[in-house]
Amino acid sequence: MLRFLVRRILGAIAVLFAISVLVFLIFNIVPATNPAARIAGKNATPQLIKNVEHEWGFDKSLPAQYWTQMKLIFTGEVQSYNAHINVDKRIAEGIPATASLCIGAAIIWLSFGILFGYLSAVRSGGWLDRGLTVLALIGVSMPVFWLASILLYYFTFKIELFPASGYEPLSNPAKWASHLILPWISLAVLFAGFYSRVLRSSMLDVMNEDYVRTARAKGLSQRRVMSKHVLRNSLIPVITLFGLDFGVLIGGGAIVTESLFNIEGVGLFTAEALKQQDFPSIMAVTLFGAFFIVLFNIFVDIAYAYLDPRIRLGTTAA
Amino acid sequence: MSPDSEKPGAAAVPGDPGAAARGTVTGDPELVAEVEGESGGDGRQGGPWAIAWRRLRRNKFALFALGVFLLIVICCLLAPVWADNVAHTGPNTTHTLEKLHEGGEVKEVVEPSGKAIGPQFFSAGGRFFLGADGHLGRDEMVRLLYGGRSSLFIGIVAAIITTILAVVLALLSGFYGGWTDTVISRGMDVIWAFPVVLLSLALGIVLAVGGLELGPIHLKSSSLWIPTLIIGVVYTPYMARPLRGEIFALREKEFIEAAVAQGAGPARIMFLEILPNLMSTIIVFFTLNIANNMLLEAVLSYLGAGVQPPSSSWGTMISEGFEALYSQPILTIIPGTAILLTVLSVNVFGDGLRDALDPKSKVRFEARAGTADPDAIGPV
Repeated sequence: MLRFLVRRILGAIAVLFAISVLVFLIFNIVPATNPAARIAGKNATPQLIKNVEHEWGFDKSLPAQYWTQMKLIFTGEVQSYNAHINVDKRIAEGIPATASLCIGAAIIWLSFGILFGYLSAVRSGGWLDRGLTVLALIGVSMPVFWLASILLYYFTFKIELFPASGYEPLSNPAKWASHLILPWISLAVLFAGFYSRVLRSSMLDVMNEDYVRTARAKGLSQRRVMSKHVLRNSLIPVITLFGLDFGVLIGGGAIVTESLFNIEGVGLFTAEALKQQDFPSIMAVTLFGAFFIVLFNIFVDIAYAYLDPRIRLGTTAA
Repeated sequence: MSPDSEKPGAAAVPGDPGAAARGTVTGDPELVAEVEGESGGDGRQGGPWAIAWRRLRRNKFALFALGVFLLIVICCLLAPVWADNVAHTGPNTTHTLEKLHEGGEVKEVVEPSGKAIGPQFFSAGGRFFLGADGHLGRDEMVRLLYGGRSSLFIGIVAAIITTILAVVLALLSGFYGGWTDTVISRGMDVIWAFPVVLLSLALGIVLAVGGLELGPIHLKSSSLWIPTLIIGVVYTPYMARPLRGEIFALREKEFIEAAVAQGAGPARIMFLEILPNLMSTIIVFFTLNIANNMLLEAVLSYLGAGVQPPSSSWGTMISEGFEALYSQPILTIIPGTAILLTVLSVNVFGDGLRDALDPKSKVRFEARAGTADPDAIGPV
């Protein structure tokens, strides 16, 4: 276990390093505009631009620039080019909003995904199963911003049931929830559809295992066999998938949802940073996001070994 | 030895309980007979492809979805015909100050308030069939058809790029193992840990500003090939990983040993022995990949990093429509529905294809969920 952890953590650091180099290269080898000119403002003299270049270190060699950038990010002193705000602080401020969005949506999509997947598998081949399959496929095929637009139009404009956008802190729970309910739904529909498909398929596989037949032969009721023997083991792929998806979202992956509903989380900040090609911010949010992905990948491997004792850590870490 | 006879998965195992429970075989005596005939090995029932085709043909739902998809493709290919003969305008032609004479009525294409004309269907002889798109007064139907060409082009060509890259990388990595595998796998780990939307957005924005100059390749910043290449590259690991896993399993099979004993070189083993055995997985992934590419294209264009204006794609149309969401929701609903229908038809067909080719669904659920098909989840 310890050896496994050490190896995975070293691997994670290597991946994060590679990602930071990759982002750095994307934005430095393909120079879109001169950042110094942008920082200096509209009516900058060549001398001013030179000064800015020197001050921000754009005249140094690439490795030196990379080093400075990384040092700034990890000491929490990194500044954005555009608004000159502290990037690390801005990300930290976005975490509550992003976490509220992701956790709420995750609860919804897990509940519906598991419920629908279970019903689908139990009634496999029947009308309920077909109906749920169609629903699930529509859910996975829906562009998230389209669903969000329609929800926004009908529920905040046609019937003014919910406030249009923004994020309210948790200190006022009713207001917090009313602002988040539409984003939760838009984000959850996609995953609920996918998870119900995964669970259905996994349950159908498990139902044919010998131990399920044994349980039936012992005379257990259908309900008991399904919930205690089948569902439990079928949840393993769902849980591992969940770990990976949640890692992406909590690291600011819900870029579209956050932009549409104007939730000032990490995702919205990412979208803004990208639009303005604000390199320090992009670098920081990318590392932030990648960190969570790598972290949850490790969690998933551990959870997997825990849930399925047949898997031994170290051999699965491909 | 025919590599097809070794095909795992594509040929259903007789009495395979997984397939039976899934309803693909249940209550279908003819199909059961087919499957058993295959196991008899007399070849009377044709190879696994024939079985898959028969199974697919029985799945009316999937065939209907394929029909819908082809219909959409044909409509979009015929975009210039509609534009020239019915709408008499181009996708980027503005009609801001024009008036529409309709019977006795005269309507402004764009009202002074900026609100554009709504769907006219055939009342104006096919002009502004779906109305005009906001303050520029461009014909929405014409833009929808031309936009569909961009979206479908990106979806399909990017899927081809992903498939070629993934197959080559997986073959090299899975066949040679050792250092080759380590280098390729670690490279893919990096892209894997990179949030898909973030990576493609970053590349999209940088290239949308500067264009791409890579050796002999010069792409203008407005080129459709830029989002296509980006989408094709970012999804590569998601396809290459499961393929690599399959190759590792295949490499141990006797027929590879036999090929080696016959003195077959690496290229022959990779492309003539291993590749045919991966075809069912590749076909399913390719199909589902198209659906996902189209969703990613929409997101990229929506965020300004995909298809660049004035060209239209369904993503840019939603993005433009969203600005007028509350006054003219139809401008968001039309392109959104187009994406939904196309992606849904591809997904339904891909699902049917998977059932037909691989009743045990191993494509989707590898032993480790990390290699499960993340392709089914679009960008959020």
